[in-house]
Amino acid sequence: MPPALAFLANPDRFMAFSRWAAPMFGILAVVLACAGLWLGFTAPEDYQQGDTVRIMFIHVPAAYMATFVYVCLAGASFLSLVFRHALADAAAKAAAPLGAVFTALALITGSLWGAPMWGTWWVWDARLTSVLVLFLFYLAYIALRGAIDDEARSARAGAILALVGAINLPVVKFSVDWWNSLHQGASVFRADGPTMSAVYLWPLGLMALAYTAAFGSLWLVRIRAEVWKKRAGAAALAAAVF
Amino acid sequence: MSRLLALLRRETALAWGGGGGPLVAVGFYAGVVTMLPLAIGPDLERLAGIAPAAAFVALALASLLSLERMFERDYEDGALDLLTLSPTPLEAVAAIKSIAQWIAAGAPLAIAAPIAAIALGASPQHAGLTFVTAALGGLAFAFVGGTGAALALGARRGALLTAVIVLPLFAPPVIFGAGALQAAANGLAWTSGLLLLAGYTLAAAALGPVAMAAACRNALS
Repeated sequence: MPPALAFLANPDRFMAFSRWAAPMFGILAVVLACAGLWLGFTAPEDYQQGDTVRIMFIHVPAAYMATFVYVCLAGASFLSLVFRHALADAAAKAAAPLGAVFTALALITGSLWGAPMWGTWWVWDARLTSVLVLFLFYLAYIALRGAIDDEARSARAGAILALVGAINLPVVKFSVDWWNSLHQGASVFRADGPTMSAVYLWPLGLMALAYTAAFGSLWLVRIRAEVWKKRAGAAALAAAVF
Repeated sequence: MSRLLALLRRETALAWGGGGGPLVAVGFYAGVVTMLPLAIGPDLERLAGIAPAAAFVALALASLLSLERMFERDYEDGALDLLTLSPTPLEAVAAIKSIAQWIAAGAPLAIAAPIAAIALGASPQHAGLTFVTAALGGLAFAFVGGTGAALALGARRGALLTAVIVLPLFAPPVIFGAGALQAAANGLAWTSGLLLLAGYTLAAAALGPVAMAAACRNALS
């Protein structure tokens, strides 16, 4: 395990760290989002898309978070499967609903953007479809976790499913190359540098960081809640026994 | 080797008989395919446009039917515990179970697929390609579906849960298989779709048994 993870693997140290880190990430997210939104709304209109280009600052970071959270979920699942660590499983369990919400946000804002730009709420192109598949997969993960009562068994089954689903992530990423359709290709991360002007790149980057910080804060809060829930269960059991 | 063959014979016999075999799968398949003209209208030209796609979607749905029986029965009567104790690795057992699933449901459906596609107005000259993609896709459905079935072991409402888990994972083989058929119907190059489908199927056959075995061990723990 990397040293940072090994340090946090101790639940007491994790609780002490997250007690401060969670609100700090939250404040950071608010500050970054304010700056990003300010720059986004003061940026000039796009010569083709007009005002609707501003939807990008909400939509693109959400779509990036949809995959980023899945990477976190798969990573936590891997640690939970290999080291059988309860905290890693709590992290995986806590990440899934957040990922589902970010994915839903990406789909909804994308649909709102598509209506004025493409003239339709939804197109069945590969990338939209694969994000929808990712959303369904989050739901499947949550459903599986909910359907198995035994805590340890549910954790391992969920971890296996998350790793099986990790095969889907490259499909999401490369579907743009496989299929040519209405959705435009990658324009931020390219070998020859971004094709977007800096006026849009700055607010986009700030919003992406704000989303990441917000996820970090919410994730820590949810993991803390899982830990408290386990402690409360243990305390209730102890109170019932003695 | 003889142990694996005996296992294959047992699994195929169990999957083929007992009211869940090819007849049910093909019957369900025919039912879904019949619903389509009833919903869309009898215009053969319109149906021909969606024939390959419809044949593939119905195939994916029909593959879901018997998944629940793959592990659940052995899990309930204790046979899965015995299989875990045998010298054959559980990964090989899972692979054999998936192949038996394909023999009992996938292969009959692959034979039915070109018939359904032609009935919906597809050109008969692509019947061979339809059979090959349906057979390959069915094999992928068996391995991926088996993973979902093994994960849902011991869960409440296992059959429904299996469908919810597995359907998102069915997306790539459906895309590649139906894509190849659609390209062939439009007179375009269809080899890339077929090759991608074959690649996906091989990956599912290689990785699926590992996940199935891990899920089975977890359910038995």
